[in-house]
Amino acid sequence: MATYLAHVNVMLRPLINDPQGLVVRDGLHSLGFEGVSAVRVGKRIDITVAAASVPEAEAAVRDMCAKLLANPVIEDFEFEVTEVAAVD
Amino acid sequence: MSVDDLALQQVAMTRPEYERLLDLLDREPTEVELGMVGALWSEHCGYKHSRPLFKHFPSTGEYVLTKAGEENAGAIDLGDGWVAVFKMESHNHPSALEPYEGAATGVGGILRDIFAMGMRPVALLDSLRFGPLSDQRNRRLFRGVVEGIGGYGNCVGVPTVGGEVQMHPSYSGNPLVNAMAIGIGRREHLLSASARGVGNPLVLVGADTGVDGIHGATFASVELSEGSDAHRPAVQVGNPFLEKLLMEACCELAEQHKDWIEGLQDLGAAGLTSSAVEAASRAGTGIDIDVALVPRRAQHMTPYQVMLSESQERMLVIPKKEHLEDVLAHFRRWEIRADVIGTVTDDQMATIRDGDQVVARMPVGVLVDPPQYPPEGVRPADLDALQAEDLAAQPDLDPSEAGAALLRLLATENIASRRWIYRQFDHQVQNNTVVRPGGDAALIRIKDSTKGVAASTDCNGRMLALDPRTGAAMAVAEACRNVVATGAQPAALTDCLNFGNPEKPEVAWQMEEAILGLSAAARVLETPVISGNASLYNEAPDGPILPTPSIGVVGLIEDASRALTIAPAAGDTVVLLGAQVAQPASTLAGSEYQWTTQGRIAGMPRLDLDHELRVQRFVLDAHGRGLLTAAHDLSDGGLAVALAEMCFAADAGIDASDIAEGERLDAALFGEAPSRFLVGTSNARVLLDLAAGHGIPAVAVGVVGGDRLRLGPIDVALEDAAREWSEGLDRMLAEI
Amino acid sequence: MRATVVVFPGTWSDNDSVWALAQCGIEARKVWHRDEVSFAPDELVVLPGGYSYGDYLRTGAIARFSPIMEPVARHAEAGGLVIGICNGFQILCESGLLPGVLMRNGSLQFRCQDAYLAPVSQASPFTAHLDTSRAYMIPVSHGDGRYVADESTIAMLEDTGRVAFRYAEPDGRVTPDANPNGSVNNIAGILNERGNVLGMMPHPERACEPLLGGEDGNAIWRSVLESVGAKV
Repeated sequence: MATYLAHVNVMLRPLINDPQGLVVRDGLHSLGFEGVSAVRVGKRIDITVAAASVPEAEAAVRDMCAKLLANPVIEDFEFEVTEVAAVD
Repeated sequence: MSVDDLALQQVAMTRPEYERLLDLLDREPTEVELGMVGALWSEHCGYKHSRPLFKHFPSTGEYVLTKAGEENAGAIDLGDGWVAVFKMESHNHPSALEPYEGAATGVGGILRDIFAMGMRPVALLDSLRFGPLSDQRNRRLFRGVVEGIGGYGNCVGVPTVGGEVQMHPSYSGNPLVNAMAIGIGRREHLLSASARGVGNPLVLVGADTGVDGIHGATFASVELSEGSDAHRPAVQVGNPFLEKLLMEACCELAEQHKDWIEGLQDLGAAGLTSSAVEAASRAGTGIDIDVALVPRRAQHMTPYQVMLSESQERMLVIPKKEHLEDVLAHFRRWEIRADVIGTVTDDQMATIRDGDQVVARMPVGVLVDPPQYPPEGVRPADLDALQAEDLAAQPDLDPSEAGAALLRLLATENIASRRWIYRQFDHQVQNNTVVRPGGDAALIRIKDSTKGVAASTDCNGRMLALDPRTGAAMAVAEACRNVVATGAQPAALTDCLNFGNPEKPEVAWQMEEAILGLSAAARVLETPVISGNASLYNEAPDGPILPTPSIGVVGLIEDASRALTIAPAAGDTVVLLGAQVAQPASTLAGSEYQWTTQGRIAGMPRLDLDHELRVQRFVLDAHGRGLLTAAHDLSDGGLAVALAEMCFAADAGIDASDIAEGERLDAALFGEAPSRFLVGTSNARVLLDLAAGHGIPAVAVGVVGGDRLRLGPIDVALEDAAREWSEGLDRMLAEI
Repeated sequence: MRATVVVFPGTWSDNDSVWALAQCGIEARKVWHRDEVSFAPDELVVLPGGYSYGDYLRTGAIARFSPIMEPVARHAEAGGLVIGICNGFQILCESGLLPGVLMRNGSLQFRCQDAYLAPVSQASPFTAHLDTSRAYMIPVSHGDGRYVADESTIAMLEDTGRVAFRYAEPDGRVTPDANPNGSVNNIAGILNERGNVLGMMPHPERACEPLLGGEDGNAIWRSVLESVGAKV
């Protein structure tokens, strides 16, 4: 078994309302960042997981996303898995 | 345009309904027209299966100011110019898919119904149902819904003061999330949701319109099925921050500038379509809307999508044309977007255009006249045998087991303390909360007046499963009892009629029976139905939910400083009012004790409405004479649980070991016969004499004090009982 | 003396604050965050509770840039009295008028419940006349109330008498169980260096009448009145 680090990004799906993003956008406008046209706010989750291979780690992380980390009704997820040195 | 079955299915319209539309229009509808009619004729907006039953509801009464159906919510007159408006509404289906946002937007929607009438929302309550918490999926829904209610309610600054939750397997996968809101204000600030005044502009305020929840109204009108996952409409994400601004802006408009506007209407199910059409229908006018003027959140939206979008946090304002600029400036000051999107017309037509092109033009009357289907019910075949079961044939509880039985019951998911839930809700903001969550009803005072308003939501689906007529009447009786237990006079009620698929004959029968029972109780207890909502098609793969017409009763107390809680003082005598301690085994029908000990329910619940009314009136009379220090209604878990709860609230034990438990110990301790109160008094002799004079059964059961809870053969340490009760839910929810 | 209650978009304790101040005979005006205002030297400025800008991004992160925060900061620098309650405390921390930050409650849940506060420092007009031998019942209602700062800041606050309140048992003992949100050292409120700026998570404006469960919160406003009166 090797150790893998997954960077998971969970974002509201493109057509879903993101009130937080709207308020942050307006906040940036009021600070003078006029060029900002859209802001979307999501979550980044880092997961350290033991697995036999990159595909196995990816499969596990995909399952985690589908079951718990994201609600497919409103959220999309994407992730990147890299092997790291084992930590205890 | 030739309409195929798929197109009809998308708008949840049947072929005969479509034929009817062709007759009414005398031509084929356009795509936009079909979508608009489908939404307004859906069960969710048009109540086509439930409306034929609404005629049974008593709708008038001493307090009623605005009757059911006239406006977004009903209103009652509290005297001295004060008015309360309230309503309960379901958000069951969205909560099943996305519990946090589903519950949150349910709260948002019911608040808009209230402030659309110009009244300031002062309290929220929630009536919730889930499957057993032993199931991980139910726990996830439970947590999500509680967080969603808190996330929205806490942010908008309206206290969540009460409600109730019950678990039963029939709600697995189909939770019920019914939110109730109460608004209070001055009678002269009441607004109407009418599009009055030909030539007045229609102003859309609040959020931009996105492709949210298109077909939400029709979606709520069909069963959730295995395929629902694939056809999920976009669930809406609520913005409580914007709602707060909208609420302030609208209330200020009503309070300070009512002369600027003709009407104010919220946008809910079926969005702009239902909002504008209903407003025109109320006023007997027409509307002309240009969808090109509607600000969008998404690009490339079609007129169909704009008209049916259910984007949250939007309101429709109908200003007088000479005050249009004032109204636009008012919303600008509150940092809320406001755009003119159309005008009020005199032709009683709903005209929708996209720039120069007319995309829909139909009589308003056609849109608001859905077909109606009187339910054709069939009594379930197995019900007679279930009701006739002889509960006395079951062995009685062994006296030596009584203490353990109480401890077990106190920790069950249906009886354990709800603190885990309500400590996540801001129940104090606005500085009005006199009786907090955790007792019977919540009670809030009205500032600048001595008055207060009490409210409670109730419904025990198990009783309805055994007999929907009696069960629904019991729900009304219990909600009234809870209000009476705070010292308030029940004034009126709202309901949220949650049932399964009404096209199933047994569900149709349950609906009709329940509505008859609800109506009978509302009539006798003088609490007319002033608002409500129906949520049908609540079905999971295993079948329909228990029939669950949630009842919300609001009552009035003239002097809020005289509100009662369930906590007596040490040294007080606790008196049982309304019945003797001894009860027949038949009162275990549908009880929590029966359910938890046998895993099933049977028997026939009974309720004598005239007796119920006499007992409630006696409690109010006794309190009026200053005889009561506390009052608590008997419901789930019966006498033993009610007494324990009073002791927990008082943080003191009681010695009620000397009671006449009669022939059935289980029924005396845990039976759930209605029409009973436990009251605290420091003047037991006078109270008992008064009761005797009124012919109300009354028994002094014990004196508050000490650190043990003694009731008949039960003798447990108060601390042990309190631990089971207060940690019950925490333990169940400790696991993810 | 006069008080001003600032209303940000999303504020909800503004009316409660005006109401509570009135219970103590202090007249208060409400001002919108974009209003052009000036404060009298002896004016009490209240940044009340709520969810300014929905608490999006971080609590107080956007409100700190509201136009009114400039005159508020000038008032504080000139020695004027400023109290931030709940969201107001969060805004004061974000704007740097007070050190530290308020993070998600340790329970990860919102908490609305009675809390008991042990007054610690009397070195401010807000606390000068409180009784340090007892606890004051003042409710909390927040999701982000866990006070956190680096070790040297905490040591500095402790050593210089700038901890105003700690969460305590009803009898005044400071215990881990009495801490509703996991704040470092049970800190419920802190002062700036001069003692003219107080930030606290609990809501004194809610504990203002026996009918609502108690009036211990009024002790803070009365302390201000006595302190200001004593100066004159």
